[in-house]
Amino acid sequence: MDIETFIGEFAEQFDEISTESFGPETQFKENDEWSSMTALSIIAMVDQNYAVRLTGDDIRNSTTIQHIYDIVASRVA
Amino acid sequence: MQAYLKAISYYLPEKEVTNAELAQLFPEWGAEKIAKKIGIETRRIAADNEYASDMAVKAAEQLFAEHAIERTAIDFILYCTQSPDQFLPSTACVIQDRLNIPVSAGALDFNLGCSGYVYGLAVAKGLVTAGIASNILLLTAETYSKFIHPEDKGNRTIFGDAASASLISTDGFASIGNFDLGTDGRGAGNLMVKQGGLRFPRAIEEAAEPVEGRFPDEFIYMNGPEIFTFTSREIPGLVDRTLLKNELKKSDIGQFVLHQANQFMLEHLRKKMHIGSKHFFIYMAMVGNTVSSTIPIALYHALKEKDTAAGQHWLLAGFGVGYSWGGTVIKFD
Repeated sequence: MDIETFIGEFAEQFDEISTESFGPETQFKENDEWSSMTALSIIAMVDQNYAVRLTGDDIRNSTTIQHIYDIVASRVA
Repeated sequence: MQAYLKAISYYLPEKEVTNAELAQLFPEWGAEKIAKKIGIETRRIAADNEYASDMAVKAAEQLFAEHAIERTAIDFILYCTQSPDQFLPSTACVIQDRLNIPVSAGALDFNLGCSGYVYGLAVAKGLVTAGIASNILLLTAETYSKFIHPEDKGNRTIFGDAASASLISTDGFASIGNFDLGTDGRGAGNLMVKQGGLRFPRAIEEAAEPVEGRFPDEFIYMNGPEIFTFTSREIPGLVDRTLLKNELKKSDIGQFVLHQANQFMLEHLRKKMHIGSKHFFIYMAMVGNTVSSTIPIALYHALKEKDTAAGQHWLLAGFGVGYSWGGTVIKFD
C-alpha cells in the first residue's frame, strides 16, 4: 500500500469540505466535517480496501492521516 | 415437535421526530446528511407518560386483532425489554393482567437489546419443542428515547421507540430452524446505561453537563466506532455458522433479515458477505433503529413484499448490546 492512495481513500470519506489539501500530516479531526460517522466510514473503508480491523481506540489515539496509515500498514497481511 | 412463527404485528408510538426537526435542533451538525447516510428519515418516540409495557400491550392487541388470535390460547409470555417498568415484579406479569391472558400462562422478562428477538425465538422454540407451552406470545418493546441525553444528537438520530408482538406455536407460516448464539461481555461498556441499577445508583443531583463529549452515566452511552468494529468482525461468522447449522448455503436464502442497526452498517456487512441487495431486506427509513423490534418490524414488511413460497428459507440475525448475538433460519411452509 502507498500513502498517496491511502490519503485519497481517506479523503473520499469526507463529503463536502475540501480535502485537496489533505496530506500525511493533516490533522483530520480538525476538519469541520469530522464526526463519529466519519470515523465509521474510515473503519469501513480500511476493512473493505485493506481487510484490516481498525478500532475506535486506534482513531481516538491518532491525530494525523500518517498515524492511521502506519497502523493499517502494520496490520496488512 | 416443531415450532413455528405464526403471526407478527407491531406498534409505533404517535410522536414523530423527523430529520428536519433534528436539523433544526442541531444546525451545526448536518443531521439531514448523516441521517441520509444511515438510511433513516424519521423515527417515533414514546410520549412522556408512555412506557415500553404500554407499547407492548398495544402491539399484542394489534396481533390479536390483525390475525384473529384468541388471547385465551396464549400459554406463555416472553417479554424482551431493557426498559422495564420497575425492578419487580417482572413486567410480563403486569402485561398478563392487562391483556387478560389466562392465569395458567407462564410469563417472564428477559433483558436483551438488538439480539433479543432471535433469543426470544430460541427460548420460545425450546418451550414448544419441550412440550412446556404451545402458544407463546413473544413481545419486544423499547424506549431508548428515555435513556438518551437531549443533546446526544447521534443517538437521537439513530434510535426510535417501538414494540412488536409475535406468536410462536405448534403450527404457523414458517418453521424455526437451528440457532447460533454468542456472547462477549468484554464489549459491555461500549453500549451501556450505567446508572440506575443497584451497583451504580442514579445520581441524586441534577444531571451534569457532558464531559469531553461523554454524557453523564445515567444516560445511554454508545461507542459507535467500537460497535461498528465488533459487528464487522462477528456478524459474517454468525451468518456462516447459522447457515452451517441449518445445512444451507448463502444462495439458499431468499431474504437475509438482519438487525436494522443503520443502513450504513448493513450495507457494509452486505458487501463484506457478498450478498445481493435483492436478498437483503432493509426497513428502517420510517422507524429508525428500534433495538429488539427491528427484526420483527422488518419481517412484517418483508412478509408482505417478498416471495414467501413454500420451502423458502430466510435468515434472521440480531447483534449488539452485551455484546450479544444470535442467528436462525425460518423455513416457509
